[in-house]
Amino acid sequence: MTYLNQDLADLHQALSDKKMSATELTQDTLANIKKMDSEVDAFLTLNEEAALAQAKQLDDQGIDKDNPLAGIPVAIKDNIMTNGLRTTAASRMLENFTPIYSATVVNKLANLDAITIGKTNMDEFAMGGSTETSAFKTTKNAWDHTKVPGGSSGGSAAAVASGEVLAALGSDTGGSIRQPAAFNGVVGMKPTYGRVSRWGLIAFGSSLDQIGVLTRGVKDNATYLSAISGHDIHDMTSSTNDVPNFAAGLDESASVKGMKIGLPKEFLGDGVAEDVKQAILNAAETYRQLGATVEEVSLPHNEFGVAAYYIISSSEASSNLQRFDGIRYGFRADDVKTLDDVYVKTRTQGFGDEVKRRIMLGTFSLSAGFYDAYFKKAAQVRTLMIQDFKAILKDYDMILGPVAPTTAYDLGSEVSDPMTMYMNDILTVPVNLVGLPGMSVPAGFSQGLPVGMQLIGRPFDEGTLYKAAYTFEQNTDFHLKTPKVGGQN
Amino acid sequence: MANQIDRDQVQHVASLAKLEVNDAQLDYFTDQLDQTIGLFETLSAVDTTNVPATSSVTDQLNTMREDVADNWGEQAALLKNAPETQDDYIKVPAIIDESEAN
Repeated sequence: MTYLNQDLADLHQALSDKKMSATELTQDTLANIKKMDSEVDAFLTLNEEAALAQAKQLDDQGIDKDNPLAGIPVAIKDNIMTNGLRTTAASRMLENFTPIYSATVVNKLANLDAITIGKTNMDEFAMGGSTETSAFKTTKNAWDHTKVPGGSSGGSAAAVASGEVLAALGSDTGGSIRQPAAFNGVVGMKPTYGRVSRWGLIAFGSSLDQIGVLTRGVKDNATYLSAISGHDIHDMTSSTNDVPNFAAGLDESASVKGMKIGLPKEFLGDGVAEDVKQAILNAAETYRQLGATVEEVSLPHNEFGVAAYYIISSSEASSNLQRFDGIRYGFRADDVKTLDDVYVKTRTQGFGDEVKRRIMLGTFSLSAGFYDAYFKKAAQVRTLMIQDFKAILKDYDMILGPVAPTTAYDLGSEVSDPMTMYMNDILTVPVNLVGLPGMSVPAGFSQGLPVGMQLIGRPFDEGTLYKAAYTFEQNTDFHLKTPKVGGQN
Repeated sequence: MANQIDRDQVQHVASLAKLEVNDAQLDYFTDQLDQTIGLFETLSAVDTTNVPATSSVTDQLNTMREDVADNWGEQAALLKNAPETQDDYIKVPAIIDESEAN
């Protein structure tokens, strides 16, 4: 069972018409994952037994014809809690950790009879852009196994791109859904901050984190986002705004006629590779031909986004990760004599280098004597960036730009060079600082590797992004190409 | 490089964060943190006079609920996650080092 040529509607139809049982679909999905994962290494844990039990139960009770997600397997990033199923955040610290409750998003999917098929690899605690900081395995790009899958939701992106699953949940603190989606040629949505409950997401940067969806198609993405969105009593920052049916209207009637799109000149600056620039200019031209207006705009504080982001996210991380102390759950070092030993040795042995760097950067930025120059300054620059985006989105329906400055790079080439890795986030981190919805959509290829375009919208206006992305998808053929993986084409 | 942070400061920050950095790693971390803090320094070029700080972008002000506990009875499950337990407690090494008492 490969999902490369399927969408949600096809599968739902087949299940509803009993052309295929949920059990068969689950069995075939597991078999295909096992085969594909010998190449891409996208999964950390499979939920084999429970998934098959759930599928059997669904077959016994019958598939609800009005529930498009029923019986369809979905993958979950391994920093999202799954009751009874190992959840590691790709860290030694949680290598043997089994949660006793599920994240709200996981409960919502389960209530809709979606089947959790397994947990996907990621950068340790979501800190990284290549999935190489995982303590457990190296995930490969679905299109070229010598390239990184992006990160931190690299396992989710590679799993979807290689046809292992139709959809996967990811999380995005500074680009961790959009960038791996771009590197693997799939659709990735980071919703507005507050659209989706963060309850049960292992916290990294709490004012930046959002859970979102990776899929091959735009419409499927919209369906899944509606399913996981909404206010949650357990997350004070989750919004009470109504949740639209995002997939409604994604049909022949969808159009971008009259839409105003801003193209920030800072998004096509010197650091962005020529092939990526060209793909975005082509996308702008496609939108013009489809009846939209595309005009150059400016985000004057964009160049400061990376610095502000790494101060704020690392500060929040240093606070959030204090909970990993070897006392209540997770790893505890062996050779300990005093309580302080437990803390220090557990954290020193349990965290990888990238996590330690971020914790130290955050602790430094918050420490006495440096707080004003770093943390407070970054929080003020954040305000200026919010004003920049607000000014543009007053006049434009959305912003268009690249997702990442380059296509996927070689495995091993940047993981020990944090500065280069951090600068690569320049196009994605502003969206998290500002809290807007941002989306990655396949928009071209360069030397066989996918290029993603980024669409950024007004708060809680994911609907406009989906409409624009769907219209683009229906008028281009980038999404129809599939990677050569597992002997398929 | 930029000399924003030296070995002693890295050692101090590590200890605040309950991390141990050995001598072999100290140069490596100092160099990397120094470069990154050099990047942080670029923010000093931005005029932020009278600009308020943003700490959250949520549109929610307050969330109220009835003061009723709804998650009782999870002691056994919670204890299963603890690295070391005894009876109904989480076990940790001695907090006070008794060898120093005499």
